[in-house]
Amino acid sequence: MAAGFKTAEPQEYHRSFLKEKCRPDGRELGEFRPTTLNVGSINTANGSALVKIGNTTVICGIKAELAVPTADAPDKGYIVPNVDLPPLCSSRFRPGPPGEQAQVASQFIADIIDDTNIIKKEDLCIEKSKLCWVLYCDIMCLDYDGNLLDACIITLLAALKNAQLPKVTINKETDLPEVDTQHKRHLQINKHPVASSFAVFDDEVIIVDPTTEEESLATALITAVTDEDDQLCAFHKPGGSSLLAEKLQDCVSRAVTRNREINKLIDKVTESKKSSK
Amino acid sequence: MELDINSPVLREFGSEQSLLSKPDGSATFMQGDTSVMVGVYGPAEVKVNKEIYDRATLEVLIQPKSGMPSVRERTREQCVRETCEAALLSTLHPRSSLTLVLQVVHDDGSLLACCLNAACMVLMDAGLPMSRLFCGVTCAIDAEGQIITDPTAQQEKESRALLTFAIDSKEHNVMMSSTKGSFSMKEMQQCIAVSQKASERIFQFYRDSVKRRYSKIL
Repeated sequence: MAAGFKTAEPQEYHRSFLKEKCRPDGRELGEFRPTTLNVGSINTANGSALVKIGNTTVICGIKAELAVPTADAPDKGYIVPNVDLPPLCSSRFRPGPPGEQAQVASQFIADIIDDTNIIKKEDLCIEKSKLCWVLYCDIMCLDYDGNLLDACIITLLAALKNAQLPKVTINKETDLPEVDTQHKRHLQINKHPVASSFAVFDDEVIIVDPTTEEESLATALITAVTDEDDQLCAFHKPGGSSLLAEKLQDCVSRAVTRNREINKLIDKVTESKKSSK
Repeated sequence: MELDINSPVLREFGSEQSLLSKPDGSATFMQGDTSVMVGVYGPAEVKVNKEIYDRATLEVLIQPKSGMPSVRERTREQCVRETCEAALLSTLHPRSSLTLVLQVVHDDGSLLACCLNAACMVLMDAGLPMSRLFCGVTCAIDAEGQIITDPTAQQEKESRALLTFAIDSKEHNVMMSSTKGSFSMKEMQQCIAVSQKASERIFQFYRDSVKRRYSKIL
């Protein structure tokens, strides 16, 4: 009976739960799904991390390559993020060139990297106008069940923390780079941004960490990104129903506490990874 | 210069409607030197794979001044589309398509805001049923923490953070928000307040320009 109700009247089905201040999967309105993290999952990459928020699974691999810096920024390396939503992760994605959602997510991540200076681009430079690192951050969704952006940012941050670069020197005589794989160093992470997503139901009820179903029924979606100093790095609301400024404030406060939780989680996992070696 | 929240500085704006013959509605919107031209086609037949059974399918295309649309245009398209979707009563035209084509004529800052204003103008020109109007306002926060409304490209480049909001005409609430750079919660609240004030001027402009147009016809 309940299954029939859900299929026939999904909006009404969700409404009946929200009236009781809970959600179909048993969560409260302000509760995130259990978040699990694994770092160093890919041996062949310089850094990697896998994150699960409920069923949503996202993996990030970081590949470092040597390149010549661009002429307009000779003392900077560069970071190239890419979000891939393969047909495997959900039936809504088709094979072929990346769709709008994947492109928007890639751009969003690229903006966050640039705006917050997660990594100083100068740190990636090895020798001015000769050699620098390029970090390819490939983020792939394995299972799509809503809240993609939160998962992408967590996995990116954890993978960057996990990444190790070998020492590179330029041989003065031959002018060729020499890679010393014995000496590896971690990247210097300046900021720790964490995203929190919200969905708005019937123009007023705000729930956190929406699933795919909730996303498709919601009248608006919001993503707030904060760093550890409680500064906002992005407040993205692509459209949908209009909200009072006070409601937006609530979202930001929730995002700030979420930032603490996630950074604690990343530190714990990184620490346990180190001690298990 | 101390910012006065009650009278935010906006560049001169201007608009022209129904200037193209083929589209069902057309408009240009200019804010200072930033200028966007829009045409809307629809409600028209929709491709079967894009058909939605209970409302119209809205497509937004943004053409940059030169070159092909890039990933950045995709983000803008999404913002404009979802804002229009919220304002349009698209359930009145089920199984049909609405296509909004925005051509950037010149970009001198506050481009997304100008796109939103042009989009709202064109929807009015096409006579599509809407539950509310909306307008876009861009605020830049400079290095000293001062808020500049409707910044030029130069001011955008020098700013620490850039926030664009879409404000609705009914309750003057935030429909869309897109930001760049980092800022505090307080600064965001100030920017929203300034944008809400600025939106009143833009809505008044909408009203005046529509009034002027229809007073000639009647």
